[in-house]
Amino acid sequence: MARSAKAQTAPEAVPLTPNRERPQQPQRYGASKEQLLDLYKQMLLIRRFEERAGQLYGLGLIGGFCHLYIGQEAVAVGLQSAMTVGKDSVITGYRDHGHMLAYGIDPKLIMAELTGRAAGISKGKGGSMHMFSVEHGFYGGHGIVGAQVSLGTGLAFKHQYSGDGGVCLSYFGDGAANQGQVYESFNMAELWKLPVIYAIENNHYAMGTSVERSASEPDFYKRGESFQIPGIQVDGMDVLAVRGAAETALEWTRSGKGPIILELKTYRYRGHSMSDPAKYRTREEVQDYRENRDPISRAEKELLGMGVAEEQLKGIDKEIKEIVVNAAKFAEDAPEPDAAELHTEVLVERY
Amino acid sequence: MGVELKMPALSPTMEEGTLAKWLVKEGDSVKSGDILAEIETDKATMEFEAVDEGVIGKILVPEGTDGVKVGTAIAMLNGEGEVSSPSPLAGEGQAGTASQGEGATAASTPPPPAQPSAESPSPTRGEGQVPTPSDQQTQASPVELPKQQQQPETGTQQLVSAAAQTRTDPEVSPDTATQKLAVREALRDAMAEEMRRDERVFVIGEEVAQYQGAYKVTQGLLDEFGPRRVVDTPITEYGFAGLGSGAAMGGLRPIVEFMTFNFAMQAIDHIINSAAKTNYMSGGQMRCPIVFRGPNGAASRVAAQHSQNFGPWYASVPGLVVIAPYDAADAKGLLKAAIRSEDAVVFLENELLYGQQFDVPQVDDWMLPIGKARVMREGKDVSIVSYSIGVGLALEAAETLAGEGIAAEVIDLRTLRPLDRQAVLTSLAKTNRMVVVEEGWPTCSISSEIMAICMEEGFDDLDAPVMRVTDADVPLPYAANLEKLALIKAEDVVKAAKAVCYR
Repeated sequence: MARSAKAQTAPEAVPLTPNRERPQQPQRYGASKEQLLDLYKQMLLIRRFEERAGQLYGLGLIGGFCHLYIGQEAVAVGLQSAMTVGKDSVITGYRDHGHMLAYGIDPKLIMAELTGRAAGISKGKGGSMHMFSVEHGFYGGHGIVGAQVSLGTGLAFKHQYSGDGGVCLSYFGDGAANQGQVYESFNMAELWKLPVIYAIENNHYAMGTSVERSASEPDFYKRGESFQIPGIQVDGMDVLAVRGAAETALEWTRSGKGPIILELKTYRYRGHSMSDPAKYRTREEVQDYRENRDPISRAEKELLGMGVAEEQLKGIDKEIKEIVVNAAKFAEDAPEPDAAELHTEVLVERY
Repeated sequence: MGVELKMPALSPTMEEGTLAKWLVKEGDSVKSGDILAEIETDKATMEFEAVDEGVIGKILVPEGTDGVKVGTAIAMLNGEGEVSSPSPLAGEGQAGTASQGEGATAASTPPPPAQPSAESPSPTRGEGQVPTPSDQQTQASPVELPKQQQQPETGTQQLVSAAAQTRTDPEVSPDTATQKLAVREALRDAMAEEMRRDERVFVIGEEVAQYQGAYKVTQGLLDEFGPRRVVDTPITEYGFAGLGSGAAMGGLRPIVEFMTFNFAMQAIDHIINSAAKTNYMSGGQMRCPIVFRGPNGAASRVAAQHSQNFGPWYASVPGLVVIAPYDAADAKGLLKAAIRSEDAVVFLENELLYGQQFDVPQVDDWMLPIGKARVMREGKDVSIVSYSIGVGLALEAAETLAGEGIAAEVIDLRTLRPLDRQAVLTSLAKTNRMVVVEEGWPTCSISSEIMAICMEEGFDDLDAPVMRVTDADVPLPYAANLEKLALIKAEDVVKAAKAVCYR
């Protein structure tokens, strides 16, 4: 992990060929105390929610694949806090719980989906990887690595086609960034100047394969160069750096300049999924991120520096814990889907 | 001595065209590669090149002439002092018999004397290729061709001629006016009508806009609806199938055209994993109302990678609607229904049927129900169940059987998923015998499914085992004779029908 160690601060995204307009290097977002508190709360909600999900998985209440977002919270919160729920669309892969919570979707509905209950957001038919809220403009939750990139490009096409002023935020990881359809999408998005932000969450490992072993160009923000899509590398462990990048990216896309790539350097503390012992990296590496670069601790320190009382933070923690406990209880108590649900919703219409 | 220049075939299925313009005049000297004329079909305009040197003698067909049959002599080319080995055929076969094979070459030259093959359509994928000298080798062979043969004698020729012979039987009152429409026009009209009706509908795919469609199905749409709604894509099937699916999830109504369904294999992940499963996975919250359409099944002489029926593949997927129409009326009515459907639809067309004309009822908003089979011909002795281009063969076989005292009922499934099981079982209960005809492979096919339905739900009605007539279980070969062997034929249907009738 030499690369991640030296990428402590995001290096300048130096243009390879500075022959066309590029966005300004983003500024770290100058948040007020209230704004930072709000971002902190959202990150904490994701952290506690995911910890609880991990516990429920251990109890056998959640089955199948369950990919936790712990460590990456600053990315979803930093980006989505700059977006407008219901106007801008968000789409992601299978590691989707955090992205949903960051868009204001009810934790109860998410947790009940994880436990496979009728009250879940997909009525228990989708599970961890397949959750949606059209109402919020959250379009999944997709289990096929990379699919959300083409689909998200289609959502951007819709924004442009209908002139609704919206932007699509399409998340994918360093693993998905090697899928062919990503580049097919880049090409069309830039050709047609579609309003899409490609957010590459580089957590350094595609399951067990490190970026070094899988990417000939490990600087993912450069991956759009052949398509004339500008890219910016961002410290994904700093919620205000992410938020600043989101502002720049939104300004770029909303002004009709087409797609933009954000590479968010981040880290997941847990395995790829619950069934992954993560033997491919050292304990020290994980420990280093947890202790020195954790996005929530960082925000906490900053808040204390801004004069927020420790008591207030403790109060927030309690409040969040309660939300999560209630969501878990709801998810455990809710009944399973009715057997009749097996055959419903295969098709919308009857023929 | 003069050589006849003949009306070329610009595509495997071309039968006639317009001689739009002569670029040479009588008395002009031409050499190989010179452009002699412009030829138009409903699909394309192509330049017609000289293959040989010579002087243009008489121009036999003036420019602006429509409906010039492939193989018709359109001009004479006089050799310039060239005395080559006289062709055994030079004076004989060329004037009278107009095979497409001959037409496929730009200019006739004496053939090598020992060429054995008569089957020479030199078709290629896409719109008319410039004929190559190698085409000539089989072009004027000494083997006699059947007199009326306008089509290459290949497997696909059987399918086409069967389609050409059949009539439609629209489910409208007899006094409704009808209009002769080619299948491609019917499909285009369906899209145009739905685009006029619903601003959310758009067409996206390769060559759909400026080129007017690789097979001219989207002809005219760009002019009427503009580039915002008729979108040319790069060659990027996976990408634009995903883009279309995403747009549908976002609330638009995309029509995604695949140049052929063979190329949709690059995109099948989005068709299955993204489009088909979304409604179910989201508990009915997120829909994907999209139509994936394009030609499916064997075309003519394009070999294995371009010739495959994907009907059974898609029909096996819960969450998809799969439609495979036969005639123009069904193509129009079902495509309109597909575009309006809230579900993801795979709409399988057939290149060989695109140019075939059928009666289409002239009614406002001609819509047909998805999921309903159609009785194409009533009969009491045996049921022949088919779909898409197989229906033409089934009808042809029924005609032959009628002459032998067997009244065959022909059922066109039209929709492959959801399958109209009731129509199949009702017909079986009536005739007690069934043959399934499918232009596709036998294994795990629609035929297999129909047979299973008959076993499970119609066992007591069976007086004989259900038989199926399908393509050979091989990748489709290129050679004309092998292709013919691989594809279904009306005579096989007749044979199978007689077998289940124990006749």
